[in-house]
Amino acid sequence: MNNNKVSLVSLFTSFASIGAITFGGGYAMLPFLEREVCDKRAWIKNEELLDFYALGQCTPGIIAINVATYIGYKKRGFLGALFSSIGIIFPSIFIITIISALFINFQDNQYVISAVAGIKVVVCALIANSIYRLVKKSIIDKTTFSLFIIALICLFIFKINIYLLILLSIIAGLVIKKVKKELSHAK
Amino acid sequence: MLSNLFLLFIEFFKIGLFTIGGGLATIPFLNELAINRPTWITQVDISNMIAISQSTPGPLGVNMATFTGYKVAGILGGVVASLGLAMPAFIIILIISKYLSGFNKKWYVKDSLYGLRSVVLALIIYAVSKIFLISLFNDDFSIKYTEVIIFLIIILIYRKLKIHPLFYIGAGAIIGIVLKLPS
Repeated sequence: MNNNKVSLVSLFTSFASIGAITFGGGYAMLPFLEREVCDKRAWIKNEELLDFYALGQCTPGIIAINVATYIGYKKRGFLGALFSSIGIIFPSIFIITIISALFINFQDNQYVISAVAGIKVVVCALIANSIYRLVKKSIIDKTTFSLFIIALICLFIFKINIYLLILLSIIAGLVIKKVKKELSHAK
Repeated sequence: MLSNLFLLFIEFFKIGLFTIGGGLATIPFLNELAINRPTWITQVDISNMIAISQSTPGPLGVNMATFTGYKVAGILGGVVASLGLAMPAFIIILIISKYLSGFNKKWYVKDSLYGLRSVVLALIIYAVSKIFLISLFNDDFSIKYTEVIIFLIIILIYRKLKIHPLFYIGAGAIIGIVLKLPS
């Protein structure tokens, strides 16, 4: 293994460069990650990155940080994980701090107000498109459809606490699957 | 000041711990934050933040944490909030890489996700409904016709032409300025 050759600085700069050029995070980041860590650096294989993306989907936290932590840890242990994950969030913190300072000072400017209003409408359209894709991916059968409807009712009508809802949905998943397995055994 | 930084860290740590999936999943928790800490951010701030986060590079969640943190406690606030958000992912992935190989293939992970996915989708819809309300409707719930027409046109074009989202965001800014859209 040539793992020792990977320097902490190169982990930081690689992930910082990915953080600086991807807009939107999550899935938008995948092609950039592939190019940098699979093709250019050959730190991990493509299949491994995709596996890891699946894992990032089922663990808490921002996917970009999950992936950076994982690759950094694999290459250089704890310090590698630290340098990689700080690397991937560094550009965001830097850029957004500057923009926040500008925005808070210029948010009463007519041009800024109109531009942001226009961007908001576009963002609504982009989000509507993402939701459409999520519906096709997340609602796969009658049970998930029922859970979806029940969750909507709990949220819009009963204003359920969202942390509680997340925990309940995990319990529901475990119980429903358990019951389904029992039933198929009974047959 | 110090207690504000500490609270920022805790609040965003909580958000980082409960956000499962992509960046959109952070929005419901930000709405919750706006309800619990109205002096920090408002619903209007959140819709502005989302517009800004989508037009700048980096993960959505980190951008929103930095923006809120900066608003509450300046530069240090932005850094602390982002680190708070990142910390749960960092710790959990370290543990998983060390002790649990094949984590995503374990039955209890798959079964939990089975319940979780559709509920997270409901959460996202609930959260963005507020953003849609702010962007496409007036305070008295009457429709902002210009905005709704632009919204529909962009959805139609976006589904046909897969140009980079940044192109649409730039176009949105220009349309906004040309039509002098109000906030």
